[in-house]
Amino acid sequence: MISTLINPKQIIAARVAKELSDGDVVNLGIGLPTMVPNFLPEDVNVILQSENGYIGLGPLEGDIDPDLVNAGGQPSSILPGGAFFDSLFSFELIRGGHVDVTVLGGLEVDAKGNLANWMVPGKMVPGMGGAMDLVTGAKKVIVAMEHMAKNGSSKILQQCRLPLTGKGVVDMIVTELAVFRVTEAGFVLEELQEGVSLETVREKTEAAFIVNPALA
Amino acid sequence: MNKMISMEEVSTLFTDGMTIMAGGFMGVGTPQELVSAMLEANVRDITLIANDTAFTETGVGPLIVNRRVKKVIASHIGTNPETGRQMIAGELEVELVPQGTLAERVRAGGSGLGGVLTPTGVGTVVEEGKEKITVDGREFLLEKPLRAEVALLKAYKADKAGNLIYHRSARNFNPLMALAADTVIVQVEQIVEIGDIDPDEVMTPGILVDKIFVQGGCQS
Repeated sequence: MISTLINPKQIIAARVAKELSDGDVVNLGIGLPTMVPNFLPEDVNVILQSENGYIGLGPLEGDIDPDLVNAGGQPSSILPGGAFFDSLFSFELIRGGHVDVTVLGGLEVDAKGNLANWMVPGKMVPGMGGAMDLVTGAKKVIVAMEHMAKNGSSKILQQCRLPLTGKGVVDMIVTELAVFRVTEAGFVLEELQEGVSLETVREKTEAAFIVNPALA
Repeated sequence: MNKMISMEEVSTLFTDGMTIMAGGFMGVGTPQELVSAMLEANVRDITLIANDTAFTETGVGPLIVNRRVKKVIASHIGTNPETGRQMIAGELEVELVPQGTLAERVRAGGSGLGGVLTPTGVGTVVEEGKEKITVDGREFLLEKPLRAEVALLKAYKADKAGNLIYHRSARNFNPLMALAADTVIVQVEQIVEIGDIDPDEVMTPGILVDKIFVQGGCQS
């Protein structure tokens, strides 16, 4: 299973995997979150929901079926025990609290649990797809993202600057440096990733945060 | 009633300025031959309702690329760069709608509802211009119904009464849109006789389907 974690994305995906329990219904965003199942222990089986209309999403094996794609439009498979449905039902599952965990990327997260990940005005306006429904309806919202933007700025802020995907929706942030929980009192630093110091996290995080006493 | 239709007849069903719904998720479950028929019919200024604008060469994407659309209502336009380009240039109006809200709005349009109350989008730009209603202390947005003059569906199999079976993830928005348009046209891979589909297996009942086009143009 977990051998050496060579890059930040693997470190993040491996840590997110520890948040998932056997039997959880999970929706994974495009990109980094799709790496999470690679790090699940053998006795933890989760059921992946694909927003385009099924549960039991599996990896592509064998021949490509042009009618079977994942939420990124990539060829995929359905595992035994899976089920297809229409988009209405898919979002009834999502909005209705039948998805235990959603893992998605972020551009910014702030101390009130606000998430921005769907547009950068003037630069990137792809549309929100299913993200706004997912963060509104999933029981637990985990943002899996690199700690800083490509330009080195912090993505963990006191207040988001970009247009929001959801207001007060984030439960947890996992980065390659640390794990934060969002509480009524703001961010709580729960864990440092292996070999990362508290000073490094302070230096690279714009938002104020409380340090879990267990870390001090 | 004969619902079977040829490609020539399909192309007569469109007029300029129409509102059209099309099933599909990134082109999967989109009736590609019906989209081609629209292109050949040279229909213009359409309002397009679809989950996404797919890719430049597949799904509903070619309608955007060939400038047949004046307004699109969709949840995602990122995989077709031409949509974003036309939007930024002011050539195309784009209304972005959260995917679950889009599904509910189509449902409302097809099921006689005046709208739906959803928590999705509260506190975001999606709430701008919309009525907010508080129910038991929680805020919801009133999202209004969507209907179209024509819905273009893709199914795997139909009987001649129009009863439909979809295949895999190609189902997506198709069953919803079957309820929400004045004229419903379906493109199918297989056509069978009435009675050949077990009523338990029907996913969209034939009473909703007006016209059946068999992929490749063959009528039986």
